[in-house]
Formats: sequence, structure tokens, C-alpha cells
Amino acid sequence: MRAIGIVLAGGNNHRMRELTAKRAVAAMPMAGSYRSIDFVLSNMSNSHVQKVAVLTQYNSRSLNEHLNSAKWWDFGRKQGGLYVFTPTVTAENSFWYRGTADAIYQNIDWLKQSHEPYVVIASGDGIYKLDYNKVLEYHIEKKADITVVCKEMPEETDMTRFGVMRADEDGRVIDMEEKPMMTNSNLVSCGIYIIRRRQLIELLEKCAQEDRYDFVRDILIRYKNIKKVYAYKLDSYWNSIASVESYYETNMEFLKPEIRKYFLQEEPEVYSKVQDLPPAKYNAGSNVKNSLVASGCIINGTVENSVLFKKVFVGSNCVIKNSIILNDVYLGDNTYIENCIVESRDTIRANSRYVGEDGVKVVIEKSERYIM
Amino acid sequence: MKKEMIAMLLAGGQGSRLGVLTAKVAKPAVAFGGKYRIIDFPLSNCVNSGIDTVGVLTQYQPLRLNTHIGIGMPWDLDRNSGGVTILSPYEKSAGSDWYSGTANAIYQNIDYIDTYNPEYVLILSGDHIYKMDYEVMLEYHKDNDAAVTIACMPVPWDEAGRFGVVITDDDGRITEFEEKPEHPRSNLASMGIYIFTWKVLREALIQMKEIPGCDFGKHILPECLGNGERLFAYEYNGYWKDVGTLGSYWEANMELIDIIPEFNLYEEFWKIYTKSDAVPPLFVSADGFIERSIVSGNSTIEGSVINSVLGAGVTVGNGAVVRDSIIMKNTVIGAGTTVDRAIIAEDVVVGENCVLGIGEDIPNKENPKVYSFGLVTIGENSVIPSGVQIGLNTAISGRTELGDYPDGILAGGETLIKAGEGA
Repeated sequence: MRAIGIVLAGGNNHRMRELTAKRAVAAMPMAGSYRSIDFVLSNMSNSHVQKVAVLTQYNSRSLNEHLNSAKWWDFGRKQGGLYVFTPTVTAENSFWYRGTADAIYQNIDWLKQSHEPYVVIASGDGIYKLDYNKVLEYHIEKKADITVVCKEMPEETDMTRFGVMRADEDGRVIDMEEKPMMTNSNLVSCGIYIIRRRQLIELLEKCAQEDRYDFVRDILIRYKNIKKVYAYKLDSYWNSIASVESYYETNMEFLKPEIRKYFLQEEPEVYSKVQDLPPAKYNAGSNVKNSLVASGCIINGTVENSVLFKKVFVGSNCVIKNSIILNDVYLGDNTYIENCIVESRDTIRANSRYVGEDGVKVVIEKSERYIM
Repeated sequence: MKKEMIAMLLAGGQGSRLGVLTAKVAKPAVAFGGKYRIIDFPLSNCVNSGIDTVGVLTQYQPLRLNTHIGIGMPWDLDRNSGGVTILSPYEKSAGSDWYSGTANAIYQNIDYIDTYNPEYVLILSGDHIYKMDYEVMLEYHKDNDAAVTIACMPVPWDEAGRFGVVITDDDGRITEFEEKPEHPRSNLASMGIYIFTWKVLREALIQMKEIPGCDFGKHILPECLGNGERLFAYEYNGYWKDVGTLGSYWEANMELIDIIPEFNLYEEFWKIYTKSDAVPPLFVSADGFIERSIVSGNSTIEGSVINSVLGAGVTVGNGAVVRDSIIMKNTVIGAGTTVDRAIIAEDVVVGENCVLGIGEDIPNKENPKVYSFGLVTIGENSVIPSGVQIGLNTAISGRTELGDYPDGILAGGETLIKAGEGA
């Protein structure tokens, strides 16, 4: 593909509550065996983008660990490959990334040294499958300066967490608002952009001169009347995890056969770092209904309508309902959990009871685990 | 380049006692424990023991093995120096030969071994399930100033006749070696794992190169002993399972289901690595039920799975029941079908409302030695039409149709093999 990729994975989001205390949103575990960044990286790989930079800043340990080898996404190459850029102190600059545009600007040398004519910029928290070549074709056909991938959301969607767009009949964006309290458009930005590389360098340099740091506010919105910004309407599944509720719902979506088939069985594949975990084990007394169970789990109790991530241990007589249990959680015997998200690597003592009464409850117990 | 010890893994055998399971794949490539293949165990042992150079000798049906091993990435054997190398028989200016025996296979690859100029060579076979630290065995070899060290384990006396047994003095030095003796004088059986001082092995291989079917147990070891070399037995007392027959293969799989199995795949220590076929989790539907089983990723369970071992991407249809069985990768069990005591290989489609594993335990007529464990065995890529009944000690391979089953029944002890391309 004639583009390089940039994945914006630096962000935190206070609406993710306690869940992002440990990790960036892009590193949030997803669908039992994945992390959210796997989707964008797989899209990049499957679109034959040869060279991808991941920009990360907030709590990047989990993410760096996940990206410690590029081979899982077929980015372990001599030509191009995967670059992970965290903020560094240089002679000219000692700031953290002050915004999305600043994050790219601080790595502008990488952009300048590339030769591909286009850049795909995508956020690390989107759950979707997309061939970016299709967007590029559209971008070229429309002679656009910037193409924004958009999705028409159902009427009842809460629009306050999205960038909302309005486009004319040709698809040109005529209006754009960030997280509006009230709007009459249901077209939201998916946080995926295509732009010519030289154009991006020019805009970023101008921005930096004016001490502006945000890609959406200071480039997209500010330039929309003098640059041709086009909306590419995505007609397939798209979701982003921006709050505990949307995170919970997106995971639960994978219990639907059509969603599972689309993401996990149909080509192109979604790749992830492979861990050598044994198959899930069901002992006597296990009773699992309508649930996803990842490798390495050992189950002795009842699990219903839930997603169990890797290496979860469910003790005897446990009942897990409508919950998400993240990686490597140990649930002691006789535990009852309903409508909860249990944070990874936690140990829940035997006979515990956690119920999300109004909405999803995030369970963090931080009990000690003694390993033989 | 210099390596202290490299491993040579003999993976060329058919393993004919596994019947239709090895019709198209070499035994080391047969699936085990859901997501693994038999060769994963010796390969993981190598990596965990710090051996980073492994030659894998292939001959019989190598395709599955080659694609599984690739460049060795799953075992971290994709190295700049050493790593894994597939060694298949090759043409030479003075004619070309197949590997005619275990030692002959090593003889034909002397050049490969010489590249690494090793002090010691570890000889392994690709058909056992065990975890073993070869580094400890090497220490033992060095401490004894041995020429050959043979890993041995005590076996029940009545079984000793099936193995090569060694007779040792009090220091563990081997004084005699008997291959499958009628009246064994020792119950210390060779596990087919040897460490040779390379200089000694190299000489013996060259000396005995003209012997047809040159074999370690039959030729090389007796020769070394006869020459007065120091041979030692390294006693091993951990879990070690030969999965050479359908019965032992089935048993070894079933042992993984125990609450805390003797051979535990869930320990952090001494992990077993494999090429993971599937990343996604498995799904159990609202009507699904799983108990006392291990089930690999990307499987969809809409029926009941009890006391069974399932590979990746297996589908068990609505109302189907799978009991005491091994189902390998990507196989589909149709709705309403009952499967009892079966070993079903990869990519098999079993139709709806079939009954597998019924009737009495009558020995197989064609091949009673292979199919006599009260199991139904189905080879890979087979198709079983809907509505048929299949007895025990049967073997099926190929795309079978309703017409192949008289009255819709394959009676116990029958064999149904449909040959041909794509069969």
C-alpha cells in the first residue's frame, strides 16, 4: 500500500474509570483473547501497510509488553515494520505529547524520512475491520486533502462522546463538532484519517509554530473551510471503547454469533500476540452457558452470559453472571459475581459477593495471591 | 561456529500403529492434548533445556511437520545462529538414499552436525510425551566422563520385554544391552533419548555406514559397548508416555483431564510451546454443556462435551453429545450426533444424528493389532454421512457416503477406507 500508518494509542479516558489506572485504552483486553490495539494493527497489516508507528504515552507498560515483538501482526520485517514512539527528551523539546498533533509532530522526522505518499492515522481503541486501501481510493477519487472515516450511528446513540460531522451530498464535510451536548447529525468520526504525507508535515509544522497541539480541533476543524475534508462512510461494524459501559457492551457483543463470525472466523484474520496457554479445562461441576472462554482457563463453577479472558480460574460453586473477568483472575470458591468487570491479575477471596446493582461494577480487590 | 550440544530429532517415522491417524501425517505431527502436536514436547524440552540448535529429520509425509515447524518461531528457535533446521533425505552425486534406519539418518547428516562442531549430540525421537531437562542429563554425562548416556526409566517387569533394556553396575555404567528381550534381566528401559560424545558417535557412524538400516538400538549402542566405551544409564522417574498405539494415545490424552493431572500443562514452569492455530476464545452456547474436558480456542460448543479432549475450531452441534473422545482441529460434529470413545482426526465432518461407538468390543477384522482398544478411529478429512451408526474397533478414512454403510450401519470391527485423490 502507498501509505504508512500512525496509531494514536497515547490516550487515557476518565470515563474508563479504574480500568485505565493500569493501562492505556488501546491496551484494554477485548473479546477474550485480544487487546483493542490488535484490531487496528491487524487492519494495517491486512491492508498491506508496511510501516506503522504506534504513539503511546499514558501508562504504556501493558501496551509495550503487548508490542514487544512485531511478528504477531507480521510487522517483523527488515523493510518498514513496527515503531513504538514514546515521548523523549531532546535538545529542542522536553515536553510530553501535548495532544494528538503534537505527538505526531514530535516524530516528524519519521514522517519526513518515509517515502510513501500517504499516511493513515488511526486511533488504537476502535473495534472494526477495514481495508484502508478502499479509503485511499475514495480519497484519491474525491481529490480530498483529508479523508475522515465516519459511521452513521443509530438515532438513539449518546452523541456526547463522539466527534460529530455533517457532510454535503458529495461527501464533503461542512461542519464538525467535538462531543456536542446537542446535535441533529448522527454521523460520527471513527478517528481514522487519510492524508497526503507532505500535506500532513506542512499542517503539523504550522500548528507547532502557533502552539497548537490537537489534530481534530486545530487541524480538522480549523482548516475544514479551506481544505477539502471528505467523509468516507463505513458501512460495516465499528465501535470504540470510551467508557466502562461501552467497553462492557462491546465485549458482550462478541457473544452474538454474527459478530463472532465476522471478527473471529471470517477473513481477514485479527492477529494478536500468541501466548502458549493450554486449552481451557472444565472440571466436574463446571457449567458454562452462552459465554466466551479463552485459553488457559480452569473452570469448576457456573458461568453464564460472560466473557472469561485468558488464565481465569473459577473455583467450585462459583456463579458468574453477565460479567467480564479479565486476564489471570483467580476466583475463590463460592464466589458470586453478577454484572461486573473484574480487573486483571486480581484474586477474589472465597465466598465473596459482587453485584453491579445499577450499571456495571468494576471489581478490584487486590488480595494477595500465594503461589506455590 | 561452536555449540556445546545440539539435538537431532528423529521425526521421519510413520507410526503405523496409529492406523488412519498417520495415513497422511508423520506421527510426530499428530495432534495431542487439544492444541499441541506430539513433536512440541521434545522441541519445548530442547528450548527449556537451553538447546538452541535442533535438526529435525523428516522422511514420511513431512508436509504437516514442515508447516508446523516453519522457521521455529513458536519455540523461539528462529535464531541467527543455530535454530531449527528440517533435514530431509537428499540426492547425492553417488546416488540418493532414503533414511534406512535411525543411525543411518544421522550418518547422512554428519555435515550438518559438523557445521556446529559440537562436543555432544542429543538424539531424540518425536513420539513421546514428557518434560525433561536435558541439561541435567548432560551434567550426568560429563560427570561420568561417558561416551554415551541413555535415558532410562523403570517399567513394570511384565512390560520390560517391549523395550530395549539395560543392565548396569552399581555406578550406573551399562554392562549389557538387550533389545526387546524375551526374558528381561532388568526393568530399566531405554527411552530412546541418548547423549553421545560427538567424536565417538561420528566414528561409529562412519565405521558402520555399510550396514543396511543402521539403527541405534540394534547396531550403534552394542557396537559402542563392544568397543569398551563408557555407556551410562541416566535414570528418569518423571512422567513419560509412549503414544505409539491408539490405546496409549487415547489414555495419555484422557489423563490430561484429571483435576491435577500428573502431566500438567497449566504450570508456569517448563511451558510447552506450539504453533497456535487459533487466537479466539471458545464459545459455549446457552444449550451447551462441558464437563471434565479440555477444549481449545475458537471452538463452538452447542451440544454436550463430557470427558473429552477437543482441538481448536471444533464445532459440536445442537443436541450432539461427545463422550470419552478426542476430536481434533476444525472437525464438525453434526447436531444430534452421539460420539462415544472415538478418536476423530482433523477437518472431519460427521453428519447429523449419527451414533458413533456402539455395540460390543469385537476386534478389528483387518488389523486387530492396531484397532483393538474399543475405539472408533476416523482419519483426517473424512466425511461421515448423516444418520449412520458406527461400532467399536472400526477405522474410517475418506469421503464416505450412505451407500458405504449397509443398512446405515458400520458394524464393530469393520474397516472403511476410501482411497483416491482428495479422499
